[in-house]
Amino acid sequence: MTSHAFNLRRFWAVVVKEFIQMRRDRLTFGMMVGIPLLQLILFGFAINMNPKHLPTAVRVADPSPFSRTLIWSLRNSDYFAITEVVATEAELRERLQQGRVQFGLTIPEDFARRLLRGERPALLLEADATDPAATSYAVAALTTLAETVFDRDLQGPHATLRAKPGPVEVRIHRLYNPDIITQYNVVPGLLGVVLTMTMVIITALAITRERERGTMENLLATPVRPGEVMIGKLIPYILVGYVQVTLILLAARFLFNVPMLGSVPLLLAVILVFIAANLAMGITFSTLAHNQLQAVQMAFFYFLPNILLSGFMFPFRGMPVWAQWIGEVLPLTHFIRIVRGIALKGNGASDILPELWPIGLFVVVMLSVAINRYRQTLD
Amino acid sequence: MKDNLAIDVRGITKRFGGRTVVNDIALQVRRGEIYGFLGPNGSGKTTFLRMLCGLLTPDAGSGTCLGFDLRTRAGEIKKHVGYMTQRFSFYEDLSIEENLDFIARIYGVAGRREAVNQSLEALGLAARRRQLAGQLSGGWKQRLALAACMIHQPALLLLDEPTAGVDPKARRDFWEEIHRLAAEGLTVLITTHYMDEAERCHRLAYIAYGNLLTRGTAAEVVAAAGLTTWEVSGPGLWELAESLRGRPGVEQVVAFGNTLHVSGRDAAALAAVAGEFSVAGRAWRRVESGLEDVFISLMETARDNWAA
Repeated sequence: MTSHAFNLRRFWAVVVKEFIQMRRDRLTFGMMVGIPLLQLILFGFAINMNPKHLPTAVRVADPSPFSRTLIWSLRNSDYFAITEVVATEAELRERLQQGRVQFGLTIPEDFARRLLRGERPALLLEADATDPAATSYAVAALTTLAETVFDRDLQGPHATLRAKPGPVEVRIHRLYNPDIITQYNVVPGLLGVVLTMTMVIITALAITRERERGTMENLLATPVRPGEVMIGKLIPYILVGYVQVTLILLAARFLFNVPMLGSVPLLLAVILVFIAANLAMGITFSTLAHNQLQAVQMAFFYFLPNILLSGFMFPFRGMPVWAQWIGEVLPLTHFIRIVRGIALKGNGASDILPELWPIGLFVVVMLSVAINRYRQTLD
Repeated sequence: MKDNLAIDVRGITKRFGGRTVVNDIALQVRRGEIYGFLGPNGSGKTTFLRMLCGLLTPDAGSGTCLGFDLRTRAGEIKKHVGYMTQRFSFYEDLSIEENLDFIARIYGVAGRREAVNQSLEALGLAARRRQLAGQLSGGWKQRLALAACMIHQPALLLLDEPTAGVDPKARRDFWEEIHRLAAEGLTVLITTHYMDEAERCHRLAYIAYGNLLTRGTAAEVVAAAGLTTWEVSGPGLWELAESLRGRPGVEQVVAFGNTLHVSGRDAAALAAVAGEFSVAGRAWRRVESGLEDVFISLMETARDNWAA
């Protein structure tokens, strides 16, 4: 019977209707563009901003002209704000421990004498690396600074000390968090987080709204088939997803300078599978929820483990095994690995396959649940 | 088509949980007929309509709708039936035109734009076609819903309390339209609570607590009830009503403006009561029982049976 086959005309009717409704619903439309922008600004800038004037304590064990030059230059560099000068190592460590300073700089005993002898004395910079992104620029700045800061002091016979590798050595100790997470990890992860958040909520609302407003009863009384309604509803949101992707990828490239070593078309293809996974989840929620509020609650309930257990916020390997198992089920976990792999390691199609099939499996399972749950009749 | 019947079903039963909502209902509706479906709230009218248009599957029973088997050809039935839900169920965030266009697309109406334009003209909404459906008043929403149900030119129209909350003028216009469509051969099954609307139907059925209690033309229904009604006028009617209730033969006492309607199926017993309460200044008069008297009587009886 013709009415039982997938009908392109009816499917298209649903697509057109959804687009018009999407255009009318200003709030949701704003959310779809606003969420990626907001998250980019919050996560992207907050973490990747190049922080300056970081509080620094200095312990000067050798008061010499060189020490004065160094402190003066540090003050000028913008990165360091010397808030305290302390006498002992214990005091310095205490300031760091309490988080009152971001850095502790030690100018060791005999610094000037050893410098002039050409022994390359070491400056010790201890950094509170609990927020490693915050320290990396400042650390780099000090290393560069140390190469040239004494040039004016080293005149005449000492001028040869200016030559590479520089008159002093900078030794950096990253405390509390030796494993460095860089901005490169955050922005690709954000791609997955934004898609998960918006796609699941918006589709969860799509069918629930029809039921809540009573329009579902009308739709069910027409010859339209479940597949036509569902896929017809999804198409506009897939396009929205790609708008979000474009926004984030452009920001990653031009705002945060995240490298893209792998293939962009490959990434876009993987994104389609990932969007499908989120839409399938959203549709499943919408068939379970009785009203729009419940749908949103379910979406948030799903969102929480995605944020916490996917490796977006915390290193995946640091989680307990049971949490890793939950994480492995979530499409976001695999997606973040794929995006980081493609963007940062230049992974190809064969490299990402082990991470791609779990997402595909998720789509198949969720979509079959959704289609079974969508009631062709109201019983 | 067999016997020229638009609807021909028997034994239709639907249970939700352990509760039987529609119990063993048989119904025949002829083509081109306006069939009224009456009954108190929660009597199973909506459930029955939903089974006819394929929204619900009956637990028992069989039959045809427009010649298509109810159980196996729901897809075909949906193509030829227009169903207007009790609550406005088109898209309030779509314009009038967009709603009609969407429905026309879903049904695959040939010459869609033309059909939508004609529908807008017929509605008198051509000038307001871009207005959002959500901004329409109750009466206009109802007209839009009817137009949308009709856009694929169905052979059977199922209307679930279409005139609830609509003003008298709009109701009258609505019924004019229904009669015009029926004259053109459309079959209409309509549920209502209004007695004046019941009298506008060609035939009626009364359903209470899932059971079909009576059916036929309005005159047949009244005759079959075998109800005798007296109209009482005069002073102190309220006190009279109190003392009449519970008397042998008195089944219902209803105030109608400045008169009282006293009805019962035992004509002799009722006549005796009329004699007993006849006093000066109070007039007792035999009148024709109305549909409302009959339906209230049916409902009371049904409740007794239900409780038993």
